[in-house]
Amino acid sequence: MDKKNRGPLCHIVKRPAIPWYQAWGIRLAALILALLFCAVVTMVLTGDNPISIYLTIYEGSFATPRRFWVLMQNLAILLCISLAMAPAFRMRFWNIGGEGQVMIGCLVCAAEMIYLGGDIPNAVLIILMIVSSLAAGAVWGMIPAFFKAKWNTNETLFTLMMNYVATQLVAFFIIIWESPKGSGKVGIINQKSMAGWLPTIADNKYLLNVLIVSVLTVVIFIYMKYSKHGYELAVVGESERTARYVGIKVGNVIVRTMALSGAICGLAGFLLVAGTDHTITTTLSGGRGFTAVMVAWMAKFNPLGMIFTSFLLVFLGKGAGEISTNFGLNQSFSDILSGIIIFFLIGCEFFISYRLVFRKGEK
Amino acid sequence: MKRFLALAMGVMMAAAVSVPAFAEEAAVEIPADMKVGFIFLHDENSTYDLNFINAAKEAAANLGMSEDQIILKTNVPEGQECYDEAADMADAGCSVVFADSFGHEDFMIQAAQEFPEVQFCHATGTKAHTEGLDNYHNAFASIYEGRYLAGVAAGMKLNEMIADGQFTEDEAKIGYVGAFTYAEVISGYTSFFLGARSVCPTATMEVTFTGSWYDETAEKEGATTLINNGCKLISQHADSMGAPTACEAAGVPDVSYNGSTKSVGPNTYIISSRINWVPYMEHIIKCAAAGEPIEADWTGTIQTGSVELTELNEDVAAEGTAEKLAEVQAEIEAGTLHVFDTAAFTVNGENLESYMADVDTDENYEKDTEVIADGYFHESEYRSAPYFDITDGFDGITLLDTSF
Repeated sequence: MDKKNRGPLCHIVKRPAIPWYQAWGIRLAALILALLFCAVVTMVLTGDNPISIYLTIYEGSFATPRRFWVLMQNLAILLCISLAMAPAFRMRFWNIGGEGQVMIGCLVCAAEMIYLGGDIPNAVLIILMIVSSLAAGAVWGMIPAFFKAKWNTNETLFTLMMNYVATQLVAFFIIIWESPKGSGKVGIINQKSMAGWLPTIADNKYLLNVLIVSVLTVVIFIYMKYSKHGYELAVVGESERTARYVGIKVGNVIVRTMALSGAICGLAGFLLVAGTDHTITTTLSGGRGFTAVMVAWMAKFNPLGMIFTSFLLVFLGKGAGEISTNFGLNQSFSDILSGIIIFFLIGCEFFISYRLVFRKGEK
Repeated sequence: MKRFLALAMGVMMAAAVSVPAFAEEAAVEIPADMKVGFIFLHDENSTYDLNFINAAKEAAANLGMSEDQIILKTNVPEGQECYDEAADMADAGCSVVFADSFGHEDFMIQAAQEFPEVQFCHATGTKAHTEGLDNYHNAFASIYEGRYLAGVAAGMKLNEMIADGQFTEDEAKIGYVGAFTYAEVISGYTSFFLGARSVCPTATMEVTFTGSWYDETAEKEGATTLINNGCKLISQHADSMGAPTACEAAGVPDVSYNGSTKSVGPNTYIISSRINWVPYMEHIIKCAAAGEPIEADWTGTIQTGSVELTELNEDVAAEGTAEKLAEVQAEIEAGTLHVFDTAAFTVNGENLESYMADVDTDENYEKDTEVIADGYFHESEYRSAPYFDITDGFDGITLLDTSF
């Protein structure tokens, strides 16, 4: 047998487009494999029963109605920020400034609650807060977009740095608003008067946020799939030259899309401050501006797919916290499990685009 | 008349705050189905939270509770998550929920309003005495007494170095790395300074602030700046190993906080003061089990075992430190020595006869309570969290920056 002339054991072939159910089949298989791998890691490292760990992850989100609603709230906020990322990414504008755009929305919102709370009717105050936090987020998104459109600056670095500017601004104002003096904490704003707080529906603190984000998801889906704007930004993403050739004003599209992205982030900031937390801290966004990048990417910028990916990340995060409480394991361990699962899920995208062809057995 | 009124009010409020019952609490049987929940800002990687986590475990073990009876939740931010966790613990049947970080306070109050049958206890908070909730409580410890004792150890070290001819009496300057210009920090460094000056009368102090409770780099830089400014001894109120490390590198003695830092400063660490939370945690669990009310404000003391000095490093400390500390501690316990004795310090060259402190928390920092009576500043009596916040014109102490 001539060993030299053998082909390699396997090689990679680009797949033709596969039907959606096959693609999701591959993703499901990856999830199952990831869970099995986690089970092995768990048994080897801790000696705990993996089944009970999975059960605990499930309980972290579904054991009580409260936990379910907390899950929905976290999902809503993460999804909201991810929806903001989608249009810009579809345009291949790498906006990693979600964190800053959310924080600046939070800041403006908190400022109005503090300075105007009680002085003007609540409905007017809330409308003002919505408008200004959307505007603040939009401005924060438009600044790097303008520089990109005008002078082709690197948007990744620019948006990243805008995060620090926003966070430091928040830190600055916290020192002004802190109570008691020197504590570095603002506490719940208008705890007694509830001025500027979003109303609750049916005694549920989180339902309104969930509804708002649900509507937004549909709107963004339609915007990206069926509107002229959505088409234009897809063309810009595919090829700027083509876009210019067909008469699309690329600079305008970039600035316009980033204004939209920033505004949606500002909305997330508004929902956090007026809807649930009613305070402002430098960690209010909690890294979700970055997690959202992953959510959007894993769902291929499809708003409906992002419901699933953001659910997955929030669900795993909640489960992770529950594991560290119930098993006395450090939170790092559950982060390892989340990492494994996400690795498998991102990795499986490769097998959706490509397949392995093994060498045919020799006769 | 004014003085009398202040005194009368003081007595009334002191009665309301109530001195912790460190005398034998009747042995209470903890029901086997009783649950207690604990909320921590970070996990065991933070020295601050580790102190609370260990205390929670120890208190439960001391009371014969099983592991299933306590729920420990780490990494809970100071936002809506704190309310969510507190409510979740109430759902899970906890009779007591405890939170360890200042910023958790408002969210604990929110949960307390919703679950009147559950006791919510919060360390370092300031609002329990004004909130009017039967099931919301604050706790702290008279850590200024521990700081004072640590200061005595520092003063003795300065005296020893002066006697050795390392520097003159007038150069006996202490450096202090603080976190924020917050009353807790101000009370801490001032009591430390007064302790040092009680044995080394020429001591002065410089204080710098990092603007964070935990920032290793900033704390290290702060300590280094102070050392370069000519400070002969360093102490700190911030949670990282930054200052002790800088001191060890420069060979400058260090009085630590929150626990021994001998591991990073074997040649410079002298002693440290810390709050032991075990007595309070046992107290609230026992009260809840017996159905007895918990005080709105609870201030642990040396007698309750809440204020502790950790190991004295005999290699670095001045000779006779242990004996002196025992002597001063006995005076504090006997009530013959008050840390903030108005005769022991001056503000703009004058002894204070009256001082209004911001005891009731409000956005305008309104000074609402007369806290000087009987010749001393009554710290941690009108509420558990410290409110000694005199900075301007305090003679002997220089603040290098006050932007935080």
